Amino acid sequence: MARVVLTGGLKNFTGGETELELDAADIRGLFRLLGERYPKLKPHLEEGLAVAIDGQIYQDTLIEPIGPDSEVHVLPQIAGG
Amino acid sequence: MSQALKNEQDLKWVGTRPLRPDGVDKVTGRAKFGADMYVPGMLVGKVLRSPHPHAVIKSIDTSKAEALPGVRAVVARDDFQDMPSEFVPAGEMLVNYKDIVRNVMARDKALYDGHAVAAVAATSAAIARKALKLIEVDYEVLPHVIDVVEAMAPDAPVLDETLFTAGVDPAPDKPSNVAKVVELGLGDVDKGFKAADVVIEREFDTNPVHQGYIEPHACVASFSEDGQAELWCTTQGHYVVRSHCAKLLGMEVSKLRVTSSEIGGGFGGKTVVYLEPVALALSKKANSPVKMVMNRDEVFRASGPTSGANMMIKVGAKKDGTITAAEATLKYQAGAFQGSPVQPGAMCAFAPYDLENVKVTGYDVVVNRPKVAAYRAPGAPISEYAVECVLDEVAEEIGMDPIDFRLKNAAKEGTHAAYGPKFGPIGLVETLKQAKKSKHYKAKLGPNQGRGMASGFWFNIGGETCATLNINEDGTVTLLTGTPDIGGSRASVCMMAAEELGIDYDKIRPIIADTSSLGYTFLTGGSRTTFSSGMAAVQAAQGAIEELCARAAKIWEIDVDAVEWEDGHAKPAGKNAGDFEPLSLADIARQAGKTGGPIAGHADINAQGAAPSFGTHVVDVEVDKETGRVTIVRYTVLQDAGKAVHPAYVEGQFQGGAVQGIGWALNEEYVYGEDGTLENPGFLDYRIPVASDVPMIDTVIVEVPNPRHPYGVRGIGETPIIPPMAAIANAIQDAIGIRFHELPMSPPKVLKAIEAANGGGE
Repeated sequence: MARVVLTGGLKNFTGGETELELDAADIRGLFRLLGERYPKLKPHLEEGLAVAIDGQIYQDTLIEPIGPDSEVHVLPQIAGG
Repeated sequence: MSQALKNEQDLKWVGTRPLRPDGVDKVTGRAKFGADMYVPGMLVGKVLRSPHPHAVIKSIDTSKAEALPGVRAVVARDDFQDMPSEFVPAGEMLVNYKDIVRNVMARDKALYDGHAVAAVAATSAAIARKALKLIEVDYEVLPHVIDVVEAMAPDAPVLDETLFTAGVDPAPDKPSNVAKVVELGLGDVDKGFKAADVVIEREFDTNPVHQGYIEPHACVASFSEDGQAELWCTTQGHYVVRSHCAKLLGMEVSKLRVTSSEIGGGFGGKTVVYLEPVALALSKKANSPVKMVMNRDEVFRASGPTSGANMMIKVGAKKDGTITAAEATLKYQAGAFQGSPVQPGAMCAFAPYDLENVKVTGYDVVVNRPKVAAYRAPGAPISEYAVECVLDEVAEEIGMDPIDFRLKNAAKEGTHAAYGPKFGPIGLVETLKQAKKSKHYKAKLGPNQGRGMASGFWFNIGGETCATLNINEDGTVTLLTGTPDIGGSRASVCMMAAEELGIDYDKIRPIIADTSSLGYTFLTGGSRTTFSSGMAAVQAAQGAIEELCARAAKIWEIDVDAVEWEDGHAKPAGKNAGDFEPLSLADIARQAGKTGGPIAGHADINAQGAAPSFGTHVVDVEVDKETGRVTIVRYTVLQDAGKAVHPAYVEGQFQGGAVQGIGWALNEEYVYGEDGTLENPGFLDYRIPVASDVPMIDTVIVEVPNPRHPYGVRGIGETPIIPPMAAIANAIQDAIGIRFHELPMSPPKVLKAIEAANGGGE
């Protein structure tokens, strides 16, 4: 199962939990499982968040695959100037 | 999409320095910038702006202005539909249209000096200006707040009674100016500080600075009777302009066609809308095209800048140089509406270092200033400035060379960034090592001179991007992309396409397509353009090559699998494929009509795989102790570009970022009077560096390729503005032994500090 880390203020929506293990095939599956586990987090998923899978940051995509041993970080989306 | 990295020795164009395709037009004055568009029957639009920093707008009477001969339309708050407060996607960004519509045209309150309250379209500029004077606005002036710390005080005037701090538990029951609290962390900072031999804690203040683009905001809007509209404007992202304007005007996206002009600088400040929705509303009402151009006063009072901030930074380290803990509290001004770059500022603050114990807390605070806009690496220069100053002081305290201290703690491939994920291949260590061994770092300093250094980090992004590559009948190529060219991206994108196709660079003509000619493409920003549009152009070229091979197969009457593309030619893949003379791209293009029709390649991607860029700057300064003036004597930028597609334009980005940082460090600041109005809205009083202020900025391009881009590209435009402020502060300390904790370090402040250190002054 992938190790999932919820960074920054996301713990405010998870009762303080910041790390968990989940069996998600891709980012869409990750968000679905997180939404089911933490209903308060659900409105914040899919928009405004980025997902790093094994260090590579993905934004605005739900289709990137997550490996069974991946390290996944859910973090704020990044823009730029 | 993962792609195999090209072999360096096979490259013909990538890594060379050809002339830019838009160069001749730009140096001859032929290029059309925002204010250069003229349309028959065009009216002139002007904006009436609030003279108060905070006031209720009790009423607006436009009747006298409307009655003035030559006035064709007047718009104010009631001409724009109110929007609910919700963050919704606009292209790739989350935006709150409640705030955007209020920033474009004030509704119940004017929230800063210069806030738009009405606009006029007239047959001449003189009539428009006269009409503005006839608009009667009844204000109830309210107490205002300009400073971020004062805005956080319990008794501060509240800008928005519906603003409740997000990101805190429990949620507050009273509104305040603190829109959001962000936090991140690793490990246990208390434990880390206990393990430290040296702990330094300092408070810093920075001023808002403007992006300082030379070209002001400008646009022409033309609304048609059938509900369709055209808009020409200077922008970093015309698709984003289309999204915002369609939403604010209640239009279907397809009915608005936006064309970006050439752009005279943006640096993040042209990623938002100001005049564009107003010009469209005026055009619709007047039933004529309307042109609007901001003057410099308006640019300063009502657009940009980036945040000013108040920060506390604390760093602990062992005597051997190991950082044991780092903590930051960041308070960023957002301007009149929430949305400062405190989040990326928090994420970047300690990102260059491999740390076990980190804590960062950030506050997004509204004040009676213009709403901040992105500025190169938004948020990062502010927090990293403060951190890099404290690191310098820690290094000094433990008696370690500042580069060695950073090398001891530098992030490498596999390091977990303070914001979470592990870094892939990165080049911070290489920039530090090259800085240490550079002639600059070893050179002897003169009297009153000092040397400083600092490092910086920015993430870089990808995003939605389209490209179309049309093979013309004579074998030349037209390449359409949707990212406005600010820093030479036409050249770099064409070079990658030429490399793929195996044809000469000057056979490709790049076009920045309008929003109706190419699919949605996110803006030029986030250091994404050469990365993303380059990736799209490469994929479009690969699609065209596939079709070129298919056409050759038809001409030779062999299987397509028996054809390969090499050096701009279709060739039989082996002896068994047959004995045919290679066909050039031009040979196949000439026969395109007879072999199936025109040949083109397309790519419509959401570019992923952006990789961060790290940089290190070294600067020598000389301080005039009589006047407090700081002169930049020597400056070197060392930065990881991944792969420099066009090294001259990479160097230009390094130099431009450094010079903007020099201005931020030494001179630039917004000066507000007691009445909350801006006192220096012009380049005479808001001093940006000019060529004679700076030496030639030396550059060293480090290349640690990004494995997720076919040519190894990293974005490079944002990082070079991050290190200058700290590097210069550290150099001033080296020169005169005084550490400054406030920007800008302008002559009066430096002189005052020198006098105070000598026992004089106030």
